[in-house]
Amino acid sequence: MQSGMETLSTLANGAGTYAAGALAHDGEAHAATGVSTYAWLLVALPLLGAAVLMIGGRRTEKFGPLLATALSWGAFVVGAIVYISMLGRPTGDRPVNLYLFDWVAAGSFKVSAGMLLDQLSLVFVLLITFVGSLIHVYSLGYMKHDPDKQRFFAYLNLFVASMLLLVLANSYLLLYVGWEGVGLASYLLIGFWQYNPAFATAGNKAFVMNRVGDFGLSIGIFIMFFHFGAVDFSTVFAGAQAVGGVNQGFMTAIGLMLLLAACGKSAQFPLQAWLGDAMAGPTPVSALIHAATMVTAGVYLVVRSGPIFDATPNAQLAVAIVGAFTLIFGAIVGCAKDDLKKALAASTMSQIGYMMLAAGLGPIGYAFAIFHLLTHGFFKAGMFLGAGSVMHGMNNQVDMRRFGGMWAVMKITWVTFGLGFLAIIGLPIFSGFWSKDKIIEAAFVGEGWRPWVFGLVAMIGAGITAFYMSRLFFMTFHGKRRWTDDVHPHESPLTMTIPMMVLAVGSAFLGIILGPTGIITGWLDPVFGVDEAVEEHPVMPATVIMVVTLVLVLAGAALAWLRYLRDEVPVVAPTGSLVTQAARQDLYQDQINEGAFMRPGLHLTRSLVFLDSKGIDGAAGGLAAMVGGSSSRLRKLQNGFARSYALTMLAGVVAILGAVWVIS
Amino acid sequence: MTEMSSVPWLTIMGLIPLVGSLVVAFTPGSALMAKRLALGFSLVTLVVGIVAALQFQINSPKQFQLGEQAAWIPQFGVSYALGVDGIALVLILMSLVLTPICLIAAWNDVPEEAKESGGSRNVRTYFALLLVLETFMVGVFAATDVFLFYAFFEAMLIPIYFLIGRFGGARRQYAAMKFLLFSLAGGLIMLVAVIGLYLQGPGGTDGFLIERLTGLSMDPTTERLLFVGFFIAFAIKAPMVPFHTWLPDAATESTPATATLLVGVLDKVGTFGMIRFCLQLFPEASHWATPVVVTLAVISVIYGALLAIAQTDMMRLISYTSVSHFGFIVLGIFAFTNVGSAGSTLYMVNHGFSTAALFLFAAMLIHRRGSKRIPDYGGWQSVTPALAGIFLVAAMSALALPGLSTFVSEFLVLVGTFPTWPAAAVIATSGIILAALYMLLMYKKIMTGPPPSDVIGERALARLSASEQEQPEHARRSLVPDLSAREKLLAAPLIAVILVLGFYPNLALNPINPAVDKSLSHVLTTPAAGNAAAEGSSK
Repeated sequence: MQSGMETLSTLANGAGTYAAGALAHDGEAHAATGVSTYAWLLVALPLLGAAVLMIGGRRTEKFGPLLATALSWGAFVVGAIVYISMLGRPTGDRPVNLYLFDWVAAGSFKVSAGMLLDQLSLVFVLLITFVGSLIHVYSLGYMKHDPDKQRFFAYLNLFVASMLLLVLANSYLLLYVGWEGVGLASYLLIGFWQYNPAFATAGNKAFVMNRVGDFGLSIGIFIMFFHFGAVDFSTVFAGAQAVGGVNQGFMTAIGLMLLLAACGKSAQFPLQAWLGDAMAGPTPVSALIHAATMVTAGVYLVVRSGPIFDATPNAQLAVAIVGAFTLIFGAIVGCAKDDLKKALAASTMSQIGYMMLAAGLGPIGYAFAIFHLLTHGFFKAGMFLGAGSVMHGMNNQVDMRRFGGMWAVMKITWVTFGLGFLAIIGLPIFSGFWSKDKIIEAAFVGEGWRPWVFGLVAMIGAGITAFYMSRLFFMTFHGKRRWTDDVHPHESPLTMTIPMMVLAVGSAFLGIILGPTGIITGWLDPVFGVDEAVEEHPVMPATVIMVVTLVLVLAGAALAWLRYLRDEVPVVAPTGSLVTQAARQDLYQDQINEGAFMRPGLHLTRSLVFLDSKGIDGAAGGLAAMVGGSSSRLRKLQNGFARSYALTMLAGVVAILGAVWVIS
Repeated sequence: MTEMSSVPWLTIMGLIPLVGSLVVAFTPGSALMAKRLALGFSLVTLVVGIVAALQFQINSPKQFQLGEQAAWIPQFGVSYALGVDGIALVLILMSLVLTPICLIAAWNDVPEEAKESGGSRNVRTYFALLLVLETFMVGVFAATDVFLFYAFFEAMLIPIYFLIGRFGGARRQYAAMKFLLFSLAGGLIMLVAVIGLYLQGPGGTDGFLIERLTGLSMDPTTERLLFVGFFIAFAIKAPMVPFHTWLPDAATESTPATATLLVGVLDKVGTFGMIRFCLQLFPEASHWATPVVVTLAVISVIYGALLAIAQTDMMRLISYTSVSHFGFIVLGIFAFTNVGSAGSTLYMVNHGFSTAALFLFAAMLIHRRGSKRIPDYGGWQSVTPALAGIFLVAAMSALALPGLSTFVSEFLVLVGTFPTWPAAAVIATSGIILAALYMLLMYKKIMTGPPPSDVIGERALARLSASEQEQPEHARRSLVPDLSAREKLLAAPLIAVILVLGFYPNLALNPINPAVDKSLSHVLTTPAAGNAAAEGSSK
């Protein structure tokens, strides 16, 4: 590779092949002014809360949770102010770049810490701080009696800070900090009740599988630096545009590596196996991190990296395939789960599959991916909080076969959960309808086999979603009471139900406010450079798509009604068909991972230990014995060591100096 | 090449701990007095080090600053010459910060004995040896004369040998001997190379100065032989696979403070030597050896990590993580890019603090439990929550969590290696997955799970009512305290450095960058082997 000085010094300086593209690029985002210069507070406020609670420990037991909640709302206020100031600017002037300080400068690798405040990041800021703060409030009630609650709130604040850093960073390196920061928070919160070994294992599993994704993110950044000479968004995107839409090997490599990262964080195939186990965490965590925000970070990464994927159709297609596959995978698993939270987790995986699919469709899908992410953030978080409320009243049971008829005892939970349910199955008027329908429609756009495969998968997925969500809803809230004798379910306190009501309102109306009015596309499309004048038509008329989808949804719901409401639900799960059994086992994802990686890995590390002590160390020991003449001499050397050593040293130095003197 | 200083800062920095060690060793008095004196001397050294660092000019045209030079053995060309560039400066500062922390950690390592059996003598010897070590650490990084460097390189072995052999664990004699034999073997090979190098140089009364020996035109075979002589010594010290097997034994058997200084500082002399001597003095041979070195480095990264995963002894596990981390450092150095070398240098600094945190925090657990075996733990988060917290920070630092200092250096090494050795960089990057495994599995086995049945923490005890405390299941549990004031005192600066250098790594990178440029300039302007031959034949 290094055949000469010129090549080597060029390489050494990391001067990218396409770095020149950056020069022609005049920078889309202006420098931040006014209130935007205080956007760093978004990260600083919750981070401060996390630091105070962690260092203060149990001294903060009284005021800590309230402080954390207040700081999270504080971040929301800052976000809202920045958002309002952005609204006041014309579209072209909306994105601003906030330079903070020179962060890393080593040789030609220079990265400054900075924030990109544009329409995309602000959507996320509002979602994260609003839903995050609501869940802080909910946790005040949910975690009231936990002796370690200040630690819980510290982690929650740490999560909010990291997540905001992830979406606000203006370079891939700083994004990486937020990216693993949310992973850390997720790890800590999944294993929050660490005395349960299974929970601790679930935390480890999540972290390690995410690290496989981070491996991809790292490699992706290396390639970017090599070719573009920098890792900040504006340089990389300008470089990607300079490359153009030609399939270049390295662009595809970057795209696939970013996709790997996204798969880890967003629990997409083949890195999906951690999400179900992650339900070990307290339920507010499942709502915030493993439904509304963190797991959607992969979608953010792909959409944010739009210019890269636009330049590599192959990687973009891979995104769509992964999304389509996972959406069916999650839906199938969701049909067989009796654990309320795990069924919701499978549903999350499937819904993120929809978002990935949309993101893999290119610019026509980006805004819809984010739109669905937003509505999903509301309805899924709402349903998780509802699940938490049910568990609260049922002594932390999660087996839906032991629920039933809850509607009568928990009216608020029933109604709020019900609105989320109607939203996710995509009943017209409710939020999910507007966002999911758009994705299905967009999936039918294109040429050749793609629109048919992606479109039909998305459409069938909607039917399965309706089935498993109806199953879940009926088994929990309707039908006969199949409760165990020791439970006395009751409605949860207001600190818990108010956040549920707020999210339910979002589940009901957010879609109709943002979707048909064109607000969300109008807001986001400038970021993606989508020309709204050009309209792409699906291979089937949009009304046909909508009607067929609705029929499938109603069929799915009707089937669930037949099996789980009209027929009695047995308390013990029937054996079921082979497909059901496979789905209960998450389609054997854990068995495959164990057979392919864990067991061989265990054997490898064990045999290496043997090799190291017997082989390498043995050889070194043998060599030493040989040098020493015999092992007995070695022992002698050891005994009178100090003297021998000094003498040897002295003799050596004298001999050498003598030799030098003779030679010179 | 060297900017002379009117005040001999480096000599003062080295002398203070040396004087301190004599004072500690020979002043009669209580053990506490000796400890306080030792800590005092190390803190004064740190202050002098900071004052000296403030005199350092980042953009000086000369390679070395704060220079001092005096003839030592002029007949043989040996000078007492000291000076630092940015690389040496940050490593010296790291050593000066770590020494007082280690002294605090060593506070109760050695018991004070009854008067008739020596009283405080053991304690005084132990602390005096640690201070002597500090003198040599300053000397070895500051030496700008190759022979002087060699002298410090070998002399360091003596205090370490006694620190392991006298104050270590049950198999301390074996470990000390093993350490010594490995090091001596490397040292002797290097000695031959040092002399051989002198003979290639211009000679004269200061013929061992680095500046006299830089840029020599040597016969390629000679240059390669000399390179190998230096490199093997450094690879043993670093330690690289397959020369690493002394480290787990030495680190496990020595006291935690010794282990920290051994792995955190002394092993850095190996990687420091690679930049300073191998790359600068033998640029052509460095190119020639790179494929082998890079391969060994990648093997070290993966092999060390895999072995760490399978360890059941905490100290051995931490030692193997260091084998993995040293693989990263060597990889960055031999990538021959400014980014990679700057990353490796920063890695040396960050690894010092990160590994200190791991060793010292693990020692706090071992002190409480009386066992190094990981299976003897479980559920300790509920016993010592604060200790669990700082242990988690150390673990996160070891797995290079973004936001902490170690992430920046590891990333720089890899992003700097990728342009020249993409495959090596990609394979080494998979080390981040293995790092998550070895750290989190250890944390899980030690800290999580049901609370242990024989011990109870202060907080857990306070939560029990009086009648519950009477219950036999609780009554037979012994109370284990959480972090003491002394432990907080040593943990706080370590964690602070790990956080600060993660938030603002330029603090260390600013002096490192120009030094790396100068050190690498020889390798970067020397054509690789094949090219040199081609050019030669065309002439």
